[in-house]
Amino acid sequence: MEPITTHTGVAAPLRASNVDTDQIIPAVYLKRITKTGFDDALFSAWRKDPEFVLNQEPYRNASVLVAGPDFGTGSSREHAVWALKDYGFRVVISARFADIFRGNSGKQGLVAAQVDQQDVELLWKSIEENPGTQITVDLEAMSVSCGSLTVPMHLDEYTRWRLMEGLDDISLTLAHEESISEFEGGRPTFKPKTLPAQS
Amino acid sequence: MADAPAKPTTLAEKVWNEHRVVEGQDGKPDLMYIDLHLLHEVTSPQAFEGLRLAGRRLRRPDLTIATEDHNTPTQDIFARIADETSRKQIETLRANAEEFGVRIHSLGDSEQGIVHVVGPQLGLTQPGTTVVCGDSHTSTHGAFGALAFGIGTSEVEHVMATQTLSLAPFKTMAITVNGHLKPGVTAKDIILAVIAKIGTGGGQGYVLEYRGSAIEELSMEGRMTICNMSIEAGARAGMVAPDETTFEYLRDRPHAPKGEEWDRAVEYWRSLKTDEGARFDNEVVLDADRLEPFVTWGTNPGQGVPLSEDVPDPADAGDENARANAEKALAYMDLEAGTPMKEIRVDTVFLGSCTNSRIEDLRAAAAIIEGRTMAENVRMMVVPGSARVRQQAEEEGLDKVFKDFGADWRFAGCSMCLGMNPDQLSPGERCASTSNRNFEGRQGKGGRTHLVSPLVAAATAVRGTLSSPSDLIES
Repeated sequence: MEPITTHTGVAAPLRASNVDTDQIIPAVYLKRITKTGFDDALFSAWRKDPEFVLNQEPYRNASVLVAGPDFGTGSSREHAVWALKDYGFRVVISARFADIFRGNSGKQGLVAAQVDQQDVELLWKSIEENPGTQITVDLEAMSVSCGSLTVPMHLDEYTRWRLMEGLDDISLTLAHEESISEFEGGRPTFKPKTLPAQS
Repeated sequence: MADAPAKPTTLAEKVWNEHRVVEGQDGKPDLMYIDLHLLHEVTSPQAFEGLRLAGRRLRRPDLTIATEDHNTPTQDIFARIADETSRKQIETLRANAEEFGVRIHSLGDSEQGIVHVVGPQLGLTQPGTTVVCGDSHTSTHGAFGALAFGIGTSEVEHVMATQTLSLAPFKTMAITVNGHLKPGVTAKDIILAVIAKIGTGGGQGYVLEYRGSAIEELSMEGRMTICNMSIEAGARAGMVAPDETTFEYLRDRPHAPKGEEWDRAVEYWRSLKTDEGARFDNEVVLDADRLEPFVTWGTNPGQGVPLSEDVPDPADAGDENARANAEKALAYMDLEAGTPMKEIRVDTVFLGSCTNSRIEDLRAAAAIIEGRTMAENVRMMVVPGSARVRQQAEEEGLDKVFKDFGADWRFAGCSMCLGMNPDQLSPGERCASTSNRNFEGRQGKGGRTHLVSPLVAAATAVRGTLSSPSDLIES
């Protein structure tokens, strides 16, 4: 994972709440066995509408998505994060993220920046008054800036640290190999095992 | 010196504490041990590939099991899968299972089925365990008093490599359902009412513990239906404290403990309940006596009302966002505010999904339709949750009831719940569905979904409009 401290890019306003992962990427695109190549799948139903925000010229190359509350609800599909990244997004801003989506983002280096809804409204206003305007997300200062506007953002401390260091979760955990083995040694024998198969 | 009395803890905290491998310091998450990892074809290939690229092994094949469900056909299951990408995904799971030594139940196998139906029916889902799967409806397994939740593919790979997950503790919320359900009102109606009450984000960051007399009176199937849809309230997990109903369900299941191990296990399982005086971070109370069959009108599972009410007016929605959301939902659903829910005509009835495809669900629906005829211009699809449920239903003659009624009797899988395989709605098609999500396009591009219980699904198939069994008696 590439370390990320700040990101500056064109912001797209997505004025919708409860953007579920079926909207972000419909199930028919989940048949692929790769982690990339999902850019065409992102918001595929909505993108058929010429009025959809990502079909508007200044937002086509957006890398920051500013969305309504409860972004990423529903299915656990990490494909939603892969699709956002493949399209070019590096940051999603919302007042509230679904837990699994937020977790998946953190693992894949997509910044899920939580910003109060009243500040999201200010960002939307600022972007729409100046389409194509850039937003800067600063993980050091934990702030989001758009022109003269700067608002605070929230991100849990551990995810922030991992994003800034670009750390791989599995390597971090394997440093605890001894503790894991010790724990395994103490598990009750009645705990279920899948092997050998019983019938 | 005597030990200080232990601090009263909730069920979720008990299970959490017993799986903590390393306690997180300075705001870092805990490292948690995972007892059971369920795999399916859609969210695992990239994780296996990750292991391969890093030269890592699968740490515990004996705590891992795979089945094919999301993308599998529900008819002609022995024919070659026509869609090449779908076939490749299934073949990839089979090859990965072979390479990493994972037990797999493939299409055609007697234990194949929806991952959340298979785990419990094999007796692998047990009280006090931690269960994960790359599927948000893993919350289903919480019905046994397990801490069970969905994870993304990065976490799937993490569990494969380490049998652990880094997790920040969840908050706890009690959902207390007092009283008793009236006839015709089911577990599905409880959970739809809960979601409508707390909203799709209301459970965020929480483990929900369902308790109270109405929950205690539910079968394991009913408890699974409720825990299944915890994610639709935004919660990662839902739990029910294990009791005699749980133990009876598990006894003699293939992977349930045997002999003395059974006794030791039950003794431990009995300790798994929220202590007197334990504090929840939040609590919601519902009265089961006042619940009615519940259905959704919109495009998220929180947009639901009692079946006897009308399509709500967006003007009555709380804030500007909710209003805009409701208007957008009504436009998509092609509904007008004020229309009685019972006048909404459907094209399709889908009985299936990890929410409502177990034997009890099929029995309940069959009992309603038996001896009745399907409404004109309605199609009904019945998709059992597993090959074993299908077999049991056939032994009980339920398949004949469905077929005589004119319903399509299919093989097990996720099917039209998410429309990954050919089982999809057409644009504009309206469906009464026993599944869990009514998102735009969820069951097929342009399809319109009303979430309902198996009883409402069956009554709707008879009348052609959203209906409850009591409407059949009145008519």
